[in-house]
Amino acid sequence: MKQRMMIGGMLAACAAWAQEPALPAGLGALAAPAPAASAEPALPQGLDLGMSAEPPQATLAQPRGRVLPEELSGFWEMRGGVRLQDDPHEKTASIGETRLQVQFDKAADRAAVKVVADFLYDPVLNDHRVDLESGDGWLDLRQANLLLRPAPFMDVKLGRQINTWGTGDLLFINDLFPKDWNAYFIGRDDDYLKAPSDAAKVSLFSEAVNLDIVYTPRFDSDRYIDGRRISYWNSQRRAGRDATVDADKPDGWFRDDEWAARLYRNIGVYEAAAYAYDGFWKSPGGTDAATGRMIFPRLQVFGGSMRGPLGRGLFNLEGGWYRSADDLSGDDPFVRNSETRLLAGYEQELMQNLTGGVQYYVESMNDYGAYRRTLPPGARAADEHRQVVTFRLTRLLMNQNLRVGMFVYYSPTDSDMYLRPNVNYKVDDHWIVEVGGNVFIGRDDHTFFGQFERNNNVYASVRYGF
Amino acid sequence: MKKTLLGIVLAAVAVQAQEAVPTVEEIVAKANRAAYYQGRSGRAKVSMSIKDAQGRERAREFTILRLDLEPEGDTSDTFTGDQKFYVYFERPADVNKTAYLVHKHVGRDDDRWLFLPGLNLVKRIAASDTRTSFVGSDFFYEDVSGRNPADDVHELAETTDTYYVLSNTPKDPKAVEFASYKMWIHKASFIPVKAEYYDAKGEKIREAQALEVQQIQGYPTVTKSMMKDLRTGSATTISYTRVEYNIALTEDIFTERYLRNPPRAQLR
Repeated sequence: MKQRMMIGGMLAACAAWAQEPALPAGLGALAAPAPAASAEPALPQGLDLGMSAEPPQATLAQPRGRVLPEELSGFWEMRGGVRLQDDPHEKTASIGETRLQVQFDKAADRAAVKVVADFLYDPVLNDHRVDLESGDGWLDLRQANLLLRPAPFMDVKLGRQINTWGTGDLLFINDLFPKDWNAYFIGRDDDYLKAPSDAAKVSLFSEAVNLDIVYTPRFDSDRYIDGRRISYWNSQRRAGRDATVDADKPDGWFRDDEWAARLYRNIGVYEAAAYAYDGFWKSPGGTDAATGRMIFPRLQVFGGSMRGPLGRGLFNLEGGWYRSADDLSGDDPFVRNSETRLLAGYEQELMQNLTGGVQYYVESMNDYGAYRRTLPPGARAADEHRQVVTFRLTRLLMNQNLRVGMFVYYSPTDSDMYLRPNVNYKVDDHWIVEVGGNVFIGRDDHTFFGQFERNNNVYASVRYGF
Repeated sequence: MKKTLLGIVLAAVAVQAQEAVPTVEEIVAKANRAAYYQGRSGRAKVSMSIKDAQGRERAREFTILRLDLEPEGDTSDTFTGDQKFYVYFERPADVNKTAYLVHKHVGRDDDRWLFLPGLNLVKRIAASDTRTSFVGSDFFYEDVSGRNPADDVHELAETTDTYYVLSNTPKDPKAVEFASYKMWIHKASFIPVKAEYYDAKGEKIREAQALEVQQIQGYPTVTKSMMKDLRTGSATTISYTRVEYNIALTEDIFTERYLRNPPRAQLR
């Protein structure tokens, strides 16, 4: 009996001993710095490292299996998509592109060069001549800029660049940098919603407040819906490749320029910003009464935003006044009226790896009475308050390698909606496959999303990143 | 007389012994410091290897900058308060040049931002669950940034020759996936060498272990560790290279300015 207990006790002791973790390499030496041995060789690993300026393991930091120089990166991608219904004015294929993006970065302490060039071919378009301004053709130069740090409180970025600010989730009020709506609607990667500007950006930083000023010497419009890829409502009927928009774009260097500024700071955990813009409506916002061509009337925008934690999630608030400088009284039927735009949003993690977001957005036309009074006979009147609600759900699965997402725009005033389902899977560290869709549903043919009903499409892509 | 003297000697020995054995709170505080607060600031290149149950491997590479918001002139080496982190991703290709900023707050939700270079967008992150996988690895966000010791009740279960063995139970069991965890803390360095997480049935579900420790600038530093998820069979090994402490970092590095344009000199 006694013996059995002793054995039991020994076993328990053994088990306890076995459970205790062995000391990792490096800690053993720490625990018992054997006095006799330490005099001669075998310095403890850590001590040796502490004295040398460049730890010997630094060479290990070179990424494994990388053949290209550090400065070069990018991806190769194939992306195809088809319309889900007939569109008499467009091809059945919505996208069919092969794209190689090459990115070059070289940085010193106070200067950095960045070039991002996309080489692509898409038979959906018939013309492949390069137009760097519109991004048409086999080369889309997305960035080519020089970043300088001339003073500790100042950054300057010169050249082709992509700029984004504001708090909206796929809704923009004070971000008046060019967008590519075609890319967005045919199912390119979200990155392509932003089109580049050829600009100079000066950023000034201080304890109290930070200031960004972006000067674009020649107006950079949106890559707007012009009928070549996406059919649209042309105020009488649905049109597409049969009636592409050839808008009259202001293009005088230093005369047709744009200024955008942002003043921002953090107030505790809240981010506050004020914005100003002086330029043009980014997509055509009027018609030349004499020629009938679409135009980009002058526009100024003044606004502000706030973002921060609320409850278990984040809220964002943003507002802006769109001052349509060519039609201040609102009685010119050929130029868009001034507008007040407001946005309120909330996003929260609903459960682990599931995030939900909701936004409310309203565009209120100023001088609505003058607008109604001067509306040409027979023309459809827009609502005074166009409202949009957005919903986002993003679910991460399989160790975050699979992302399933849905983004919905719904307008109760236009009775239309736009759905963006997307599934993205990271096969490994290089390959990514993606499928998704762009679905427009509307009661009427002339509303903002309803006009695109014939462009409903699904797409799939495969990408190799390097 | 003799008896009194013996009493005094014994009392003195007892006091000394008491000093030698730290309280649970001291062990927890020192382990927290050893794991997350060495030096006032630091930088490391981090390589992760995530291996799933089928043996498929994924890699992550990033550089991490850390600044402790220790009050100026505090030399007590006991600070375990707010910190700021800057993470710059290099691999895999799809997150290359993505930057991640964390303002860690002890006792309330952290503030987190992500910079997406393709859109040049600074996105604020709504996620508040800190026990969610960090970049798809078996490490949780909280394993990387540090779990608030005040979230658990700690108990010194055992003292061995080498370790203080702590048994920890969460104050809010609904907020976490485990029912308790055990930690082996190295007595000499206060480095947490091993942690085992158990579910309500006492089943081991997760296991962390330090695999390699190096002395860097006098600070014992875990340079290799592993996290195993015993339910999925997945394991992540994390290695730290180019570790350097007390580097020249100012708070402005941890702002939108450097999210948009990485601090090259500091990342090196």
